[in-house]
This record gives sequence, C-alpha cells and structure tokens, in this order.
Amino acid sequence: MKCDMCDKPAVVHEVTIVHGVKREVHLCVDHASEAGVAMPGISSSTNKLISKFSAGGKPTVMAPRCPQCGTSFAQIRQHSLIGCPDCYDTFEEPLGRLIERAQAGATHHVGRENASVDRPSERMQRERRLMDSLANALSNEQYERAAEIRDQINQLSDESQDESLESETT
Amino acid sequence: MSGQREPRGEEHRDDDASSAPDLDVVLSSRVRIARNLHGLPFVNKASEDQCEHVVKTTRHLLMHIPSNDRMIWVDLEQSSSHERQLLVERHLISRQHADNNIRRGVAVAENEQSSVMINEEDHVRMQVLRSGLQLSDANEACRSMDESLGNHLEYAYRERWGHLSACPTNVGTGIRLSAMLHLPALRLTNDIDRVRQAAKDLHLAVRGFYGEGSESTGNFYQVSNQVTLGRSEEAILDEFEGTIIPTLVRYERAARQVLFDKHRRELEDRVFRAFGMLGTARMLKLEEAKKLLSSLRLGVCLDMLRETDANITMNTIDNLMLLVQPGHLRQHVNCTISPEQARGVRADLVRQILIGD
Ligand SMILES: [Zn+2]
Ligand SMILES: [Zn+2]
Repeated sequence: MKCDMCDKPAVVHEVTIVHGVKREVHLCVDHASEAGVAMPGISSSTNKLISKFSAGGKPTVMAPRCPQCGTSFAQIRQHSLIGCPDCYDTFEEPLGRLIERAQAGATHHVGRENASVDRPSERMQRERRLMDSLANALSNEQYERAAEIRDQINQLSDESQDESLESETT
Repeated sequence: MSGQREPRGEEHRDDDASSAPDLDVVLSSRVRIARNLHGLPFVNKASEDQCEHVVKTTRHLLMHIPSNDRMIWVDLEQSSSHERQLLVERHLISRQHADNNIRRGVAVAENEQSSVMINEEDHVRMQVLRSGLQLSDANEACRSMDESLGNHLEYAYRERWGHLSACPTNVGTGIRLSAMLHLPALRLTNDIDRVRQAAKDLHLAVRGFYGEGSESTGNFYQVSNQVTLGRSEEAILDEFEGTIIPTLVRYERAARQVLFDKHRRELEDRVFRAFGMLGTARMLKLEEAKKLLSSLRLGVCLDMLRETDANITMNTIDNLMLLVQPGHLRQHVNCTISPEQARGVRADLVRQILIGD
C-alpha cells in the first residue's frame, strides 16, 4: 500500500472511527513523522513524547481535506471517486498522478472546451487587463502603445459581437 | 405522475436495424458523455437537497431540448424494481443507476435511441445508441445533446482537466465510445485471448453484455475506450471507429471464414444443434438461451439456415436476446413469475418466435 501523500510505501496504517465513519490513514516514514505519528522502531522515549502531545487517545494525523466538500486524498484514492470540482484544485498534484495513471499518461485536456458561460468571463478578464494597461500607457504618455492597446480592445469586442451573432442564428 | 410511462417490453429499438452497417459482428454502438454541474459536489458527496437540485435543474431542460425525439422522464426513486430492470435490460440505464438509492432519474427518448441518466456517478450522463456500427452518427447526436444542455447549464470545467468527472477515468472529454461485438468465431479459434490482450495494450476495456462488472455470455463483448484525457473527441472517435472496431470486425470475419472453409461440418453441427434445442426445449435458462442464440446468430450470418423453413434474421435473434431476459419475460406474461416459471416462459417464447410454435 502506498502513502496517502506521496508514492512511497506506507509504513503507518491507522484506522479510526469518528461518529461512526471509518477513516483509514496510510503514511510513509517521512509523512508520518511530519504528521507527528508515533512510529514503530523509533525510540520509546520519542514515542512517549509524541503520545503526550496526542493525549485524549484520538490519533493526531491531519490529512488535508478539500475545503469545499471535506474529502481527503486518501478517500479519493480508496474509492476512486473525487468529491467535488474543488478537489481537483486542492489535490492537483497527487490527483494529477492518479489521473495520469488512469489516463495512459495524459496530463492535460485536449478537445471540446466548455460550451457555456466560461468564455465571456475569460474575455472580460482579458478586456479588463487591457483597459488597465491602456490607462497605464496613457498616464505614462506612451501614446503609440496606447493606440495599440485600443486596437486590441476593439478587436476583442468585435469578436464578442461576432460570437453573439453566431449564437443567435444557430 | 405526468410524463411517466412503462418502458416498452416488446419491440426492438425504432431504428431500421436490418440495414445497419456491420451488423454481422457489431450489434450496437453507443456514445456516452459524462458531465457535472459547476459549483456542486459530485453525486457521491452530494446531499439529498443537492441531488434534488440537480434533478430539478436538468429534468425541465431535458424535456425541452430541441431534438427529434420526445424525451420521457422516469423518476427512478418512484419506479418499481421491475421498471428499472427493464431499463437496464434495454441498456437505457446502468445497473448502478437502477440499484442506487438517491434522488435520481432518467430521460429516455421515445424511440429509445438516447437516454440521459441524472445522478448516476456523475450529475449528467447522456448516451446515444444505434444498431450496428454507427458511432459517428451516435457521436453527432450525443454532441448536439451536450451542446444544447451546455447552453443552459454551467458544467464543472478546468482549463487543465477539461470536463471534471467524479471518477479519474472520465475526466477531460468525458466521452466513452463503445461497441457491442459478437465474436463467436474468435472464441472458437481460441484467438479471443489475443484480442483481449491487444485491446488492453490499446487502452480499451472489454466487458460483458451489461457493461461494467458483467461477464461475457454467448461471446458478446462490449469494447470501449478507456482514455478520455489528452485526446480530442475526434481523435478518439477516428481511432475507435476508423481503426480499432473495423480491425476486430475483420478478424472475426476472417475467423468465421476459416471455420466455414475448414470445419464446416463441426460448425453446422453447432448451429443446427442450437436451432434444434431452441426450437424444441420446454425450459431454458438465461445463460443457455444466450449461448444457443449466439450459435444460431453465427449460422444466420453465414447463411447456413437457408435450407430450413424458418425465416430467421439477425434482427429476430437480437430481438430475442432482449426478450429472453427476466424483466422482459415478466413484462410478457404481465405478472411476477418464479425463476422456474421463467424458464418455461422463455422456452415457449423462443419457440413461438423462431418456428411459430
Ligand atoms: Zn509520503
Ligand atoms: Zn472537494
């Protein structure tokens, strides 16, 4: 079994039951010590020290969780199910490796883009950036540069009009 | 419960199957696209209210997307297990979707050529089915459904990952192409394991008649692409429909030819024994019926039954493959029956359809 946080073999395995929900944690040497877990083989005084900090009997391992849905990466790997869109951002790196394995090494999307609402907002962001640099150029009296930027802005709004015409006719 | 209806139990899908391309090897083609709604947890983490929200949002849209086919909504939470069984047997919902226990439903086109599962593993799973090898056609229909829905729904999407899915195996395009193949000759010539290995090397999944988790009975295999990320829909389709499936079809046909040329007597024996059994048996188990129908289908493809009086076509057999399933038998007799009774009903139905007994 592999570590929940990386691809190294897990040496610490903990199963806890919190509010009736079973939770498994598997960690490698590095991540276990980082998480402050008592390790077999580490001197007993260190273990005692650690257990003092984790008084109350509950294990102290804190696997990072998706702030949106509360899923940990261990759960994702265990069930091969991701909790929500934000999990993709929270666990981008380990999830990326999982996806790569499932997808014959692919790491990026190629193909149809999101049909819906995203595009206008991307365009608006670009427009806003251009407006900012236009203001900048004007305040620095870089008129040639400002003219260039204005052309780009005009082009952008032309494109958006074309697109909205297209979507009206289809 | 307006707009609800019993799924039909009798006739086959409405497309003209008799002229479907490559029907001798490819029973049917399917294109499925998985989508999730922006700003909501995936189904496995969604609350009851969130599931309800997905149903409410999509149901209305599905009833009104521009399409040639009227869509009928089936509320799976309210439906009987018999109804759900029929939908599974007709490949309109997955076993998982039938058995799940959350707010969920399916929109089924009246001609049964497409369906949209709501709250299966992903919020939206739309699929288009066609007889024979017609993946481009199915893909076109599925794409237009995706676009119609995408105009009204905001899908969960990231620039890097494309369309987000609950399972890492569906991220990116979310597209799954599959073909239901009948490969009896490759099985008889012992080449099927080589085909399975080749399929694995090409990142294809090979499954049984009901897809995920099901075993192959009667030499029916569902082959589908496994990679959904890093390749465009067109590239996936081109390879699958242009190269992979035609290659498998060619192998199977070549194997059939070898059997026909070199082992004609054995082949005829197999086909006519199947015909005899199906035409006389008084009780048939499902597995047995499928194996026999598989042999008979091979005989029909090789035009071996010409000399009999029976006018059996591939469509007759493919239709029987549907009808001998437990849900369809129950629908046929219109009451609950025990497994033993089902064997009797199955045998009677097969005789009636095959030889007019
Ligand atoms: Zn580690
Ligand atoms: Zn999440």
